Amino acid sequence: MAKAAESSGEPGTTSPRPLMRDLKAVGKKFMHVLYPRKSNTLLRDWDLWGPLILCVTLALMLQRSSVDSEKDGGPQFAEVFVIVWFGAVTITLNSKLLGGNISFFQSLCVLGYCILPLTVAMLVCRLVLLAEQGPINFMVRLFVVIVMFTWSIVASTAFLADSQPPNRKALAIYPVFLFYFVISWMILTFTPQ
Amino acid sequence: MAAVGDLQFEEFGNAAATAAENPGATTISIEGPGESPAHQAGLPRGSGGEEDDELLGNDDSDKTELLAGQKKSSPFWTFEYYQTFFDVDTYQVFDRIKGSLLPIPGKNFVRLYIRSNPDLYGPFWICATLVFAIAISGNLSNFLIHLGEKTYHYVPEFRKVSIAATIIYAYAWLVPLALWGFLMWRNSKVMNIVSYSFLEIVCVYGYSLFIYIPTAVLWIIPQKAVRWILVMIALGVSGSVLAMTFWPAVREDNRRIALATIVTIVLLHTLLSVGCLAYFFDAPEMDHLPTATAAPNQTVAAAKAR
Repeated sequence: MAKAAESSGEPGTTSPRPLMRDLKAVGKKFMHVLYPRKSNTLLRDWDLWGPLILCVTLALMLQRSSVDSEKDGGPQFAEVFVIVWFGAVTITLNSKLLGGNISFFQSLCVLGYCILPLTVAMLVCRLVLLAEQGPINFMVRLFVVIVMFTWSIVASTAFLADSQPPNRKALAIYPVFLFYFVISWMILTFTPQ
Repeated sequence: MAAVGDLQFEEFGNAAATAAENPGATTISIEGPGESPAHQAGLPRGSGGEEDDELLGNDDSDKTELLAGQKKSSPFWTFEYYQTFFDVDTYQVFDRIKGSLLPIPGKNFVRLYIRSNPDLYGPFWICATLVFAIAISGNLSNFLIHLGEKTYHYVPEFRKVSIAATIIYAYAWLVPLALWGFLMWRNSKVMNIVSYSFLEIVCVYGYSLFIYIPTAVLWIIPQKAVRWILVMIALGVSGSVLAMTFWPAVREDNRRIALATIVTIVLLHTLLSVGCLAYFFDAPEMDHLPTATAAPNQTVAAAKAR
């Protein structure tokens, strides 16, 4: 992690506690993802807390209940976790092998933070699923997932594209597209109980 | 000033002979128009006639082996070693994919497109896309087939992704390994003109799987006839790419062994596509309109029996 754990501030001092500072940094990066512009904040001060929070939230919401479990249901918590992290590592390795000049953890940081729109989509889908099921329900979810998927792609491309050699940009971006597509598919096909 | 009679034309033979007999001489060789400039080491070439021998690869097979060996100079435990396998640009990947979709008789995929620069990007990501294409299309197709049945409960069938991944990646790596071993063994018995490195074989197999991605998406259509026509088309295209690539490598050999090799290659490819179709895609029932209560039960029972 970029910010090592320090001892908490003493009571009575005016300096902000490191925990609040970390949370503020994470929150600031969330804002950068939601309104992507070309800035270096995500790359310069990378941290993996945000991706961890998002991944755990997504995995908790996506896991199937243990009741019907065995027979070919949805993914388990560990499976989602493994897919997200293994996918992010593979994409990072791919972009480095193609000659990109981004560091390993910076890339993981960007990919992890750009899952934020899809996590929001998952929350919305879960709420929509509380209503009556049917084609309209599905259309709403489909629309939300597509919008958030596009948002994720745009955000991550804005951060990652500059670090690739110019004649290989498409080669480096395509795996990102595949990664978010698979996550979107998992979100869209989530059926409760 | 020399007399006219003393002037004679001097034959300039090939560069190697000149260099051999006169070590101090410099030789200049002009490369043919089709050479890819970025990836050739500076070996002097006597003639730029590589375009003529695409299918046979007559006199450049040992040169390409040498070049391939020259390129990978970093030891295998460094990162740079693996970077040489990803040394492709976007347009090169597109060209290779195009070459795998349009097999032209007489053009060898390896000679024409790979040209001693095999990459691992194409095979790896084409296989990854294919895994998800098959799993997602299979899921979608089953959903559409059983739509309307009262007793059908949709499940995302997430397990099938890992099964698909195992099958596809095993095929894309183990079959080239076996084929390479076989060709090496035959090479030791019969002097073949054309020989491929392991990575080139992996490359050909990886790119030849590309046609199955749109095929898998089109397999969503729940008509048996459509699906089998798609299988035929895909098999025809990728099978012919593979056959035309490996025919020059076994042509010098015993006729029967050569034919058996090509037939085995195509047969394994058939097995892969038919197996994927059978396992991931439920059979479309002839009549899946839930008109009577008896019909859905029968179709569900038939689907469960598969």
